[in-house]
Amino acid sequence: MSPTPQQVETARELLASLGELGGHVTGDDIAHLEVHGNEVVGAHLVPGLEVDVDQLEDGIKAHIHLRRNVRIEKPVHLCFGMLPEEGLQHIVMDVEVEEDSFASVQAHCTFPNAVDITHKMDAVVRIAPGAAYEYFERHLHGREGGVLVVPKTEVHVGEGARFKTEFELIKGQAGVIDFDYDVDCDARSLLDMIARIWGRGHDRITIRETARLNGEDARAVLQTHIAVKDDAVADVYNSLAANAAGARGHVDCKEIVQGRATAKAVPIVVVNDPRAHITHEAAIGSVDSRQLQTLMARGLDEEKATDLIIEGLLG
Amino acid sequence: MGVLELKNVSLTLGGKPILNDLTVDFWEGHIHALIGPNGAGKSTLASTIMGLPGYTDIAGDILLDGERINDLSVDERARRGITLSWQEPARFEGLRVDRFILAGAKDKSTETARRALIRVGLDPDKYMTRAVDRTLSGGERKRVELASILAMEPRIVLMDEPDSGIDVEALNRIFDALADFKERGATVIMITHSQEVLKHAEHAFLMCNGSILDKGPVDRIDGYFADHCVPCDHENLPDAQEIAGVSA
Repeated sequence: MSPTPQQVETARELLASLGELGGHVTGDDIAHLEVHGNEVVGAHLVPGLEVDVDQLEDGIKAHIHLRRNVRIEKPVHLCFGMLPEEGLQHIVMDVEVEEDSFASVQAHCTFPNAVDITHKMDAVVRIAPGAAYEYFERHLHGREGGVLVVPKTEVHVGEGARFKTEFELIKGQAGVIDFDYDVDCDARSLLDMIARIWGRGHDRITIRETARLNGEDARAVLQTHIAVKDDAVADVYNSLAANAAGARGHVDCKEIVQGRATAKAVPIVVVNDPRAHITHEAAIGSVDSRQLQTLMARGLDEEKATDLIIEGLLG
Repeated sequence: MGVLELKNVSLTLGGKPILNDLTVDFWEGHIHALIGPNGAGKSTLASTIMGLPGYTDIAGDILLDGERINDLSVDERARRGITLSWQEPARFEGLRVDRFILAGAKDKSTETARRALIRVGLDPDKYMTRAVDRTLSGGERKRVELASILAMEPRIVLMDEPDSGIDVEALNRIFDALADFKERGATVIMITHSQEVLKHAEHAFLMCNGSILDKGPVDRIDGYFADHCVPCDHENLPDAQEIAGVSA
């Protein structure tokens, strides 16, 4: 069914609100979906990608299915958001990626006028053996914060499969983020998770990433890069368990703290097989003094130098 | 009067005098070498001129074009044309090479970054979008640092052991950069132990125990250093007789 003129206009406004964040692409050969509140205001599918959407009272439920051996060569573009100041958007996603298939999803979430908005995402992702799935989520919030973001995702990465995900919120005020990813990885699978967030004002950021390497030679990297300033608070809990021979993983948490902001990192690494190996690194504190001095010796004042360093960390 | 002058500058760190009543003139448009044994205070002198934290509580004056700059911050001195190239350049996770190079550049166009990279012998198409991080070798990192200084078009460049940890190719690029600075009329102050690098200097200072013992042509100063200071018989504590004999 074709979108109504009102839906077309809403989709246009939604995408326009992404501003310089940009990134959402449409076109005849590109699969895309635009959801405003609980309404699909734009959609286009490509062969091989099956998407069923049910409308909920406060959001949508989407089932994304990639059949065996299907490769979606161009990224799939999703845009979720709400233009009003208040509201609730609940996205329930069930993603099934069958054997040896591939898709890369770019999701942009925009709440430019948020004063009291809740964006909840409950997702279950099943990646069958040999398949690869990428999910890149970028948020744009307004200057007031006013957004509660609660993404909760459970992932199963099958044997020899790959899962890569990035969560980025560096434009606008974060608001409150309660991020929870729980991943099980089978033999010879690969997991790559990164979160980049810049907290300002009174933002509250909680990151929980849990991964279990259950099969032989499974690999995982969990990276969290956060900068907080003003009165923002960031707590990061990374948990990585290696439960099989040859399992390898790395946890990396870097947080830059300015002003009255506080940051906490709690890495938990567990090795249940002597033939597995996990490393972790955490660095929290002010900007590295040598980096700062280098940029100041090029003429940048301290604030601009700090911003550039943070841009690099979160870029 | 030099473009940069130090007048009776002393600095004490941790209760120990590191710079002792230094009076030095650096001439505009010249390449100066600062020679001396380890621990003589050469790097401290560079840090003091740059105004780095911990090196600002000095006695005496630092003058730029005759104007006292003791109270200027690092970035204020940089905006007046003074900059520093570290012996071990910092790494910046995630920060792109082109962004780093353009940070202090007057002309912030992409072409500026490309030209600077070409000048230091790095292919812009390969390096512009790389990160200034651990994936760059020491030599690459040093060249990227040099590119950022070239883009800045500074008046005074402090170079702390520019040849440290780099290969011959990178060293040749440093010589090219020195030629560039000279052509633009910049003043270079190099800390070095390298004979190859010294050949590109026009004037030298011999430093020992926080003092300037002598200054003059590179050959003479370096010759004295090689004959009398390697190894150092008096453990970096020259006595009056030694000092008197320097210019003999």
